Amino acid sequence: MNAIAVAERTRPYSTVAETASQTLSMAWRALKKMRRNPEQFFDVTIQPLLFTAMFAYVFGGAISGDVQRYLPLMIPGIVAQTVLTTCMATGVQMREDMEKGVFDRFKSLPIARIAPLAGPMVADVVRYLIAGGLTFATGMAMGYRPHGGVAGVAAAIVLAIFTGWSMAWIFTWIGTIARSARAVQGFSMMLLFPLTFLSNAFVPEKTLPGWLQAFVKVNPVSHLVSATRDLANDGAITGQVGWTLLAGLVVILIFAPLSVRSYKRHL
Amino acid sequence: MITAVEAQGLVKSFGAFRAVDGIDLEVGQGEIFGVLGPNGAGKTTMLKMLATLLSVDEGEARIFGVDVVREPHRVRQLVGVTGQYASVDEDLTATENLWLFGRLQGMRSRDARATAQRLLEQFGLEEAAGKPLSQFSGGMRRRLDLAASLITRPPLIFLDEPTTGLDPRTRGQMWETIRGLVADGCTVLLTTQYLDEADQLAGRIAVIDRGRKVAEGTPDELKLSVGDSTLQLQLAPDADQALARDVVRSVVGVEPVLTPESGRLNVALQVADAAGDVLIGLRQAGIGIAAVSVDKPTLNEVFLALTGHDAGRAETDGMDLDDLELMEVTR
Repeated sequence: MNAIAVAERTRPYSTVAETASQTLSMAWRALKKMRRNPEQFFDVTIQPLLFTAMFAYVFGGAISGDVQRYLPLMIPGIVAQTVLTTCMATGVQMREDMEKGVFDRFKSLPIARIAPLAGPMVADVVRYLIAGGLTFATGMAMGYRPHGGVAGVAAAIVLAIFTGWSMAWIFTWIGTIARSARAVQGFSMMLLFPLTFLSNAFVPEKTLPGWLQAFVKVNPVSHLVSATRDLANDGAITGQVGWTLLAGLVVILIFAPLSVRSYKRHL
Repeated sequence: MITAVEAQGLVKSFGAFRAVDGIDLEVGQGEIFGVLGPNGAGKTTMLKMLATLLSVDEGEARIFGVDVVREPHRVRQLVGVTGQYASVDEDLTATENLWLFGRLQGMRSRDARATAQRLLEQFGLEEAAGKPLSQFSGGMRRRLDLAASLITRPPLIFLDEPTTGLDPRTRGQMWETIRGLVADGCTVLLTTQYLDEADQLAGRIAVIDRGRKVAEGTPDELKLSVGDSTLQLQLAPDADQALARDVVRSVVGVEPVLTPESGRLNVALQVADAAGDVLIGLRQAGIGIAAVSVDKPTLNEVFLALTGHDAGRAETDGMDLDDLELMEVTR
């Protein structure tokens, strides 16, 4: 056996199938960690319960006259907000994870560079599912009756999961460029607050000043909220659904390569 | 000879500091090659470049003929890396760790489980297989870490200070394991701060200081450069230090290293027996002695002989290497 023979058994890159399998293995790791650190689920369980009740009773009367009429407007807003907060947690946890010794091993293995990033994000679908499901459940417990029925609500949750998953790439990218997990948290909050509150999530768009309406109309969160309302409240697949899907795709196409590039530079 | 590692003029800079400053290296298949040097000498940085974990600023390196910069994915299939700090997942059990690393490298689930089982037995970890890593001792973590590097039986293993921080017994076990690897046909490139470790394990040693290679050879060749043993003398407080130095020089023909403030005199000896001659000479010259010892040469003395400064200084010369790597990352 000579040096050429030793090297010949190697392959120059991971195939797509290998990359998918590596990503799933990484997702398995993330799920194991979730099960062993259940406090990771606090944000996706407490927030939907607390925010739904709080916002409904505080703003309900002022905005829609009473709580019951506010719920169809607000629940999709809370879904969007919760999913976005969950994304932020994805980025923060990614940063914390990357500081651990095991990431040195991941870097030294012949695996696709995207797998350590994409794996935890696949596992996070569970968190989005809990977040979206719990928000609707809380709303219904308070008297919210979505006219879209089971199919409409299910479609709304799936759309929210997709949007959350795609937006998570932004926060993962922040995670790969920030100096510390704390910095990711700080920066993400600055991004998250304007995105959720300068949208139609909690108030009707037409009550806002014109210049603000202009921003609200292009904010992807507004599209997610409108699409969720259309699906859950009316069972209608409208153009808003398309815009939301498109926005999600654009975000993935921009931020997934950026994340992988900056993760590679950490080498 | 088949070349496992081949590097020419490797350079890595962190800002203005050249952590690795033009190192050539050639390691043959089946060798244990030791890279010896103090903290901050550039050993880990060099290893990380060879393992594709750090970018190469200048120079080139090949692993079994595969270029480290151009085909990193191939190189990663040829090298198992075990770092200074155990790179295993704290939240998983030992079995789960090994299973995951096996799966990531394309093994079927069943094969990965069987391999994990075999390695845990081989490394005496089967009883701890299902325990969380928080209950592992430092030695167990290192062994698990090494096991993780061997899952796909790579032909080349990089060991970065494999025994730093381990107690003597665990250290001996680690040495046995490393010898076993080579008996199985592996090539090992290891870094260490301990001359005795390099001496025990390595067939050839490169001594690294401030990013440069200052010597290379077999352990015996290196030790000959500083003598077989070292005579350490503590002179009496009123002794004539200059006279003592002259006496030593005339008796053994070696320039002793004198620390005037403490009255200590170190003499490198080709044979330990020569110590007696030195003592007799000092007695005849009427020079008083407070304490005497004869020891094997330490890394510090090898360093002193090769570089003219002691091993501790390289550490304080620059910044801590971890800080420098952090700078690199954020740059």
